[in-house]
Amino acid sequence: MKLNIPAFVAALAVLLSAAHAETVRLAVTTSFHNSGLSDTLLPAIQQELGIEVQLLVVGTGQALRLGRNGDVDALLVHSRDAEEQFVAEGFGVRRCELMYNDFVLIGPKDDPAGVAAAASAAAALSAIATFEKRFVSRGDDSGTHTRELHIWSLADLDPDEFGSWYSEVGAGMGASLNTASALNAYILSDRASWLAFGNKGALALLYSGDAELHNQYAFLQVSQARHSHVKAELASRVERWLSGPRGGELINGFRLQGESLFRHNASCNG
Amino acid sequence: MNDFLQGLIEAFRLLVTLDQDLVEITLRSLQVSLTAVLIATAIGAPLGSWLAVTRFRGRRQAIACINALMGLPPVVVGLFVYLLFSRSGPFGVLGLLFTPTAMIIAQVFIATPLVVSISHQGLRELWAQYHDLLISLNTSKRQRMTTLIWDGRRALLTAALAGFGRAIGEVGAIMIVGGNIDQATRVLTTAIALETSKGNFSLALGLGIILILLAIAVNLAIHNLLRTERASLW
Amino acid sequence: MVESILPLELAGACVRRRGKALVGPVDLTISGRELTMVIGPNGSGKTSLLRMLHGLERTRDGTLSWAVSKELARRRQAFVFQTPILMRRTVVENIAYPLIVRGVGRKHAREKAVQWAARVDLDAYLDRPASALSGGERQKMTMVRALITDPEVLFLDEPCASLDGTSTREIEELLIQTRRQGTTIVMSTHDLGQARRLADRIVLLLRGKVHEACSAEGFFRQPATAEGESFLQGGIVE
Ligand SMILES: Nc1ncnc2c1ncn2[C@@H]1O[C@H](COP(=O)(O)OP(=O)(O)O)[C@@H](O)[C@H]1O
Ligand SMILES: [Mg+2]
Repeated sequence: MKLNIPAFVAALAVLLSAAHAETVRLAVTTSFHNSGLSDTLLPAIQQELGIEVQLLVVGTGQALRLGRNGDVDALLVHSRDAEEQFVAEGFGVRRCELMYNDFVLIGPKDDPAGVAAAASAAAALSAIATFEKRFVSRGDDSGTHTRELHIWSLADLDPDEFGSWYSEVGAGMGASLNTASALNAYILSDRASWLAFGNKGALALLYSGDAELHNQYAFLQVSQARHSHVKAELASRVERWLSGPRGGELINGFRLQGESLFRHNASCNG
Repeated sequence: MNDFLQGLIEAFRLLVTLDQDLVEITLRSLQVSLTAVLIATAIGAPLGSWLAVTRFRGRRQAIACINALMGLPPVVVGLFVYLLFSRSGPFGVLGLLFTPTAMIIAQVFIATPLVVSISHQGLRELWAQYHDLLISLNTSKRQRMTTLIWDGRRALLTAALAGFGRAIGEVGAIMIVGGNIDQATRVLTTAIALETSKGNFSLALGLGIILILLAIAVNLAIHNLLRTERASLW
Repeated sequence: MVESILPLELAGACVRRRGKALVGPVDLTISGRELTMVIGPNGSGKTSLLRMLHGLERTRDGTLSWAVSKELARRRQAFVFQTPILMRRTVVENIAYPLIVRGVGRKHAREKAVQWAARVDLDAYLDRPASALSGGERQKMTMVRALITDPEVLFLDEPCASLDGTSTREIEELLIQTRRQGTTIVMSTHDLGQARRLADRIVLLLRGKVHEACSAEGFFRQPATAEGESFLQGGIVE
């Protein structure tokens, strides 16, 4: 058997890459994907716009890198400072706020640090630090991690000075929740990931509701001025659809285990 | 224990219902890894053979390098291939990132050192047996290489299957360059990683069992193919 | 008629391993159409000497020269090793291999290999793996594999060393035929009977040095040296 390998590979490449013409690549964070909302939105977009949205589920840091390098057409992330910088540097067309949900504090059901009764998110974390109860941190510069660090700073605490009860796992939301479940530890999660998580073990949702736990998602279209090949036209159609009434209807109507998860609050600036 | 049982049940359910998504990602796993191993062997067999018949300065260092490359973490390979094929990278214009082709390329990088190393080990032994005869017959270097490749095809098959084992079970590289896109680049290993991250351990374990069954099936199929080619063992 | 590659002339030639001379210095001429038998006790350097003559060992110190260039000469020689080197192929593919290497078409190479196999009664085993042959059959196979390219000079290193009487006789018959057809043969043996039966010339090797080189007739009538005599009497010579 003689194989013309280069020709074979070339033919394969053509076959595989040209399969879909009307596709948009969207980098999303694990927390968004874990909710299962995309399973509702993507088929609707496919049906109503004729656009296939290919999801790349990655950490926030990696999502922004993919956007900077022009490897995706748009991002759906939740890390405001990083997003604004992304737009300011000219990689994003504009930052389009889409919807929000909230972060929740998860911990052992018996709540040894007593965070359930805390007056604020910062007070809840302070209690954990005071009792030095096990806490798992994403430690991966994700939107969730950034928010966790922000709340520690509100409580006037610096994780660098914490003892061994504070574990930075450097992993995605799901993997971190698995770790927390195994260690019976406290952890900050977005509500969607928590609800959809299948390995809760002895953990429970202990604290939520502080305004500091507001979790805003934004849609960022990658600038065609930076990367001429990005599918700007398709991406803006997706953006308009998501921020419009159809997107709103589906986002507000989405329920996970009977709970409404996201509030649509579209506003695009820039 | 419960998780194991649930994993088995899940694997059984997936197999019996021939879940359509499962069939798709399984076929894609096979397509990507088999193609990668085919290419890795097309590179590895001649290179292993060449290393067996050639003496040159730095040969031992070259072999040591190849052996070290076998231990390369797939994530590093993935990052490397990502940087090559990113739109901002040297081969960005090809638009191959997040396609099965990019995954094949990454797995070629992962499988080739293993295939070269194992091929070389097998063919070196054969060369020790053949050395005097092939020198006496005045063979050219090319003839020595092709003779070793042909007569050592069992060793090469072992090498290819080892490469396949490493490729089919690999997740770090194809996650980065493939992106684990549903219906486009999702394969068994990336699906397992995804389900694990969702805490769906039984589904993840079920997929893992299917992955192992697949690897066993491929090994058996290829060994049977060779057994029918020639009944006796050398 | 093709130009002869002979004579082969050695002058002060040595085989060295890590500086130590295993063989030599040797002065020797092989000139043609006869069977030269290299005899000597184990470890005397028979294998090393034959390998040097064929070019498998580097010639040190002195010189080794053929009537033609080394490359041309090499194409008209063949070597049969003491332990048969079996290729992981069928018997007929083993025999045809030297022809394939020389660019002969597969079909023609196979036809010739089949003919040669028949000459040593291997025709029943053509498509069996070579590894399935008995010791004697293996050596017969490597003999015809050496002869298939019609070499002018054939080297054999103790070809019957571990064979039984029947196989030895078959191989000796083939050797006698081959010599009759004009092939120059240089072989080694530690079997004096075989030397008596086959040799035209004797080279007695002791401790890596040529002790005697003379006609077989003369040697077996009366060796020129005391060691030669002792070796012939079956005494222990080192
Ligand atoms: N590779 C080697 N390295 C060192 N010494 C060797 C090697 N091969 C053979 N010798 C030595 O060279 C001498 C001649 O060996 P050899 O040519 O095989 O003798 P013979 O064939 O007459 O038995 C022996 O003393 C043997 O031990
Ligand atoms: Mg010997």
